[in-house]
Amino acid sequence: MTIARFHVRHDTTYDYAYPVSESHHLLRLTPRTLPWQTRLEHHIEIDPAPDLRRAFTDSFGNQITVVQYIRDHTYLNVNSECWVDLAPRPRPTAQVATQTWEAVRDILRYQAGRPLPADRLQATAFRFPSRNIPVGDSYRAYALPSFSPGRPLTEACRDLMLRIQNEFIFDNEATDTFTPVSEVLTQRRGVCQDFTHLMIACLRSLGLSARYTSGYLLTHPPKGQTRLVGADATHAWVGVFLPGFGWLEFDPTNGICPDQAHITLGWGRDFGDITPLRGVLLGGGEHKLDIAVTVVPEEEFAQVYVEGDTYLPVLPGL
Amino acid sequence: MSSPPSAQALLAAYQTIPGRFDELSGGGQQPASHWRPLIQQLQRTPVETLNQRANSVAAAIAADGVTYNIYDDPQGVSRPWEVDLLPLIISAREWQGLAAAIAQRATLLDRVLADLYGPQQLLEEGLLPPALVYGQPGFQWPCHGVVPPGQRFLHFYAVDLARSHDGNWWVIADRTQAPSGAGYALQNRQVISRAFPAAYHNLPAHNLVDFFRGLQDHLSSEAPSGTEDPLCVLLTPGRYNETYFEHVFLARFLGFPLVEGQDLTVRDDAVYLKTLQGLQRVHVIFRRLDDSFCDPLELRADSVLGVPGLLAAVRAGKVLVANALGSGLLESAALFGFLPGIAERLLGEKLAMPSVATWWCGEAPALAYVLKHLDDLVIKPANAGIVMEPVFGYQLQGAKRTALIEQIKAQPHAYVAQEWVRLSQAPIWRADHDAPLTSRSIGLRVFAAATDKGYAVMPGALTRVAARDGMEVISMQRGGFSKDTWVQAHRPGRMASLAKPQLTVKDLLNAQRDTPSRVGENLFWMGRHTERAEVTARTLRAAFSRIATNDEESEDALIGLRNAAYRLGVLHPPADDEPEQALQPSLLAAVTDATQPGSLAFTLRALALNAEHLRDRLSVDNWHLLNRLEAPLGRAPDTPDRAIEVLNQVMLDCISLAGFAMDDITRDADWCFLMVGRRLERLVNLCGLITVPLSAPPRHREHMLEWLLEVTNSSITYRTRYRRSPELLPVLHLLVVDRSNPHAVAFQIEQLQQELPEIARAAGQLLPPDISLPVQRLQRLDLRAFEGSGNEKACEQLSSDLAEIIQVAYGISDEIQRNCFSHTASTQYHWNPA
Repeated sequence: MTIARFHVRHDTTYDYAYPVSESHHLLRLTPRTLPWQTRLEHHIEIDPAPDLRRAFTDSFGNQITVVQYIRDHTYLNVNSECWVDLAPRPRPTAQVATQTWEAVRDILRYQAGRPLPADRLQATAFRFPSRNIPVGDSYRAYALPSFSPGRPLTEACRDLMLRIQNEFIFDNEATDTFTPVSEVLTQRRGVCQDFTHLMIACLRSLGLSARYTSGYLLTHPPKGQTRLVGADATHAWVGVFLPGFGWLEFDPTNGICPDQAHITLGWGRDFGDITPLRGVLLGGGEHKLDIAVTVVPEEEFAQVYVEGDTYLPVLPGL
Repeated sequence: MSSPPSAQALLAAYQTIPGRFDELSGGGQQPASHWRPLIQQLQRTPVETLNQRANSVAAAIAADGVTYNIYDDPQGVSRPWEVDLLPLIISAREWQGLAAAIAQRATLLDRVLADLYGPQQLLEEGLLPPALVYGQPGFQWPCHGVVPPGQRFLHFYAVDLARSHDGNWWVIADRTQAPSGAGYALQNRQVISRAFPAAYHNLPAHNLVDFFRGLQDHLSSEAPSGTEDPLCVLLTPGRYNETYFEHVFLARFLGFPLVEGQDLTVRDDAVYLKTLQGLQRVHVIFRRLDDSFCDPLELRADSVLGVPGLLAAVRAGKVLVANALGSGLLESAALFGFLPGIAERLLGEKLAMPSVATWWCGEAPALAYVLKHLDDLVIKPANAGIVMEPVFGYQLQGAKRTALIEQIKAQPHAYVAQEWVRLSQAPIWRADHDAPLTSRSIGLRVFAAATDKGYAVMPGALTRVAARDGMEVISMQRGGFSKDTWVQAHRPGRMASLAKPQLTVKDLLNAQRDTPSRVGENLFWMGRHTERAEVTARTLRAAFSRIATNDEESEDALIGLRNAAYRLGVLHPPADDEPEQALQPSLLAAVTDATQPGSLAFTLRALALNAEHLRDRLSVDNWHLLNRLEAPLGRAPDTPDRAIEVLNQVMLDCISLAGFAMDDITRDADWCFLMVGRRLERLVNLCGLITVPLSAPPRHREHMLEWLLEVTNSSITYRTRYRRSPELLPVLHLLVVDRSNPHAVAFQIEQLQQELPEIARAAGQLLPPDISLPVQRLQRLDLRAFEGSGNEKACEQLSSDLAEIIQVAYGISDEIQRNCFSHTASTQYHWNPA
């Protein structure tokens, strides 16, 4: 079994037009530890030095860093770096994978007095509309061609994912963070956040449990070019609950099932639960935001960075 | 001539309505026995006197300023609160059952919250559909797993009850996050018990005061304050909230400071109240703000009403929020059907009081039932956060009915349907009507508070009365009114005084200690904005009057005035690659365009916002003046002459405001903030304006002095003193060094030297902001250097001195902002930690 090892660097800079006298931030930048994902090292550098810094775990199990300032500052730099190992993700057995989507839906449905085992209880948390993901007939109607009667859930989801990838255009001008899913569906354009929200809306409208996963994706520079720092972006994809297995993942932006190129930060009901950076400021006026993400496979680390470029050096023993 | 009917005759003619329970007759023929003391008093009282009493009740309410805000009311937001002359009376026997049932329900709901925000066994065991938790916007995910102090969620609870024709009470709604109405009930009691003292005493009626004292004691004793004296505050969304009056009233009654979100700050996971004297640790927040608005960091990001970091403080166990964040979840009527099973499971008891039959449309069989029996049902939102008036199925016909059905089918989980309870009727008194005694539909809101011996139920209630005969919805927003509610006690209780508790010396000290920083901050900015509005109006007027003249001298003056306007920020200089804008349209926009920072309209808007925060500190006349400040701009002047008219009006108003500030406001520390704001603003503007001619080429300079005197309101003084056209030396003397001119730089500095130490004292600072540099600059200024001609060097030196003074003034303003209002540190402090 081969393990893929990556260095990820995620830099965020806010420049404020006026000094901010007090601010509070939540950083969701710590990759989760999962059966197939090992967080070897992780470091968040914050400048200016905050007046308060703490960590806690939210109700979805994501690790959050809380930061507070109570003195004037005109910028905020957050540099998050980590080394992670990815093993191949587990696959459901043939028997589990052939459950029909209707059977899964019915298992998740409430019946008075029928106990819900822990995994299903957790799954139902992701079955309902959330602030940024509505449910409704239009999403159901879009999904139904993929969800023919008696079709296995895994197959139907893969089909839905591929349809979204084919029928929607990746366009980072068409939408912003607050574009509603209904608009994405009509204009058929958007970015990973939009396609993930849309696919989840479709699945929840059918009575299935689906969650929003935030993370990073290893990209490949165009042929003949070298890997550039800051060339990547944060990524998002879908998890679907399959009883007896857990969460099957689908990346509707790329039409693939995440494996050893998808690094998981965390998950929630929608983007709002797992925004990498969220803050409240007193003062500051308008701000300028810069985000740069770089995912580097271990073997390319020395080509991309020289000593002093990163907070985390090459792992000892390499 | 027939004499007016006696109260006795009116009682005899009192009609009950078939098919409805009547509270007075208790379902029988004669008035029930617990109504007798009131009936006896009514029988002894002439109708004329009762009418007078009803009117004096209304007058007492008006005098106390009791109001209820109606959203979107063209008559302004505040309506007088209405209370009926006749109380509703509940017998001791009946109350015993009601109170026990309500206490049980409160206990149950508290346990349900603890489970749903904790282990969620109710979901695991299938006793509650996950849709009613995870599918509800009321479930606050970030609160899941947070254990509040004392593991208690529900501290203060209210329940809405209705009585059906068979005399049974039913629960219509639970209020679990920030129930309103208890303060109004208390206010009703203060007024109505005085209208019928004998009946009140003879019933005897339970007093309400003990209940509130119990609430106070409970909150103080559960406060996570260690050995400190606990500080409890009442958190309000502000004066636009529908029940704002009640927040003010309860805060006073309970002795809690009334605060808004911006008055609080979270430091190191503890909550503090920003007062002028510094940060004060807050241990208990009794809140009237809904869950999702309480913390913009972890809950609704778009809320400006909350306190960033509040949830973290709760998580750290350093503050008690009552009720616990997230408790609004149980306000959904969709839960009703599941409560009997949950009561058996969690309490091992039968649910004592039934909820009205409720179908949650999110379940397919329930939806089918609802659509089939629409005529007998009332449709409501499944989540209390959704604003929707109840809809009575039988009242809906045609297109409206079809539309509602479509709406429900599209989002079934968002609706519940309840059996339509035909509300019971109670007697009301309509003063000065031919038939003053009549009956009207009523509903009850009853309150319970946690104590260390279980929930205590307030022996009384807010009875809400339908606005009109035959009206089924009881809603204060739709013109409903209220009744005092008397609960019969077994024996005469002590007649606890309901008069306002007398102030003690400690209260006097607290009144000064607890001045929120927000008050000082808004006074400070009111001072700055008033001054800025005045100088803006003067500058614009000077420019318009020269545009009208249109000669060569005016041209020169206008060049200077344009620069002056840039200096003041009234106009904005073009970017390097842009041509200069035509002057007249820019100036007109600078009068009326409220979106343009620095415009007169912009400044007046800011001033109005400051004033709103100070409403309770300003006299009525002052308030009226502030209210109409923006009115002249409504005429949108389109010529220089019209603009001058408008500007004259604004200037007059600003001068009146200044007069109020001198004569009408108590000269305590708060007043100093107003005056210092004014001084600093005037100092900055004066220095900036004087710099304009100083830095202009000498040949333009003399045409700039006339408007400079005009804009600084010193023309008259100059003319009477020197009787000649303006020259540089005397103008500088008058505007820079003359301590007797209230528009001179030296005057501002001298006043600040006196007032800044006052502010520092108020804020408990050891040292006042440092104003020594401006003093030195003035001392070294030698006006002889400006005699005759060839004084360019002196002009340059003075310009640079004035620029330094401006920097010091801004620095002082920032320092006051940080030390007294926002309680944060400056960057300098950060870099030089010595």
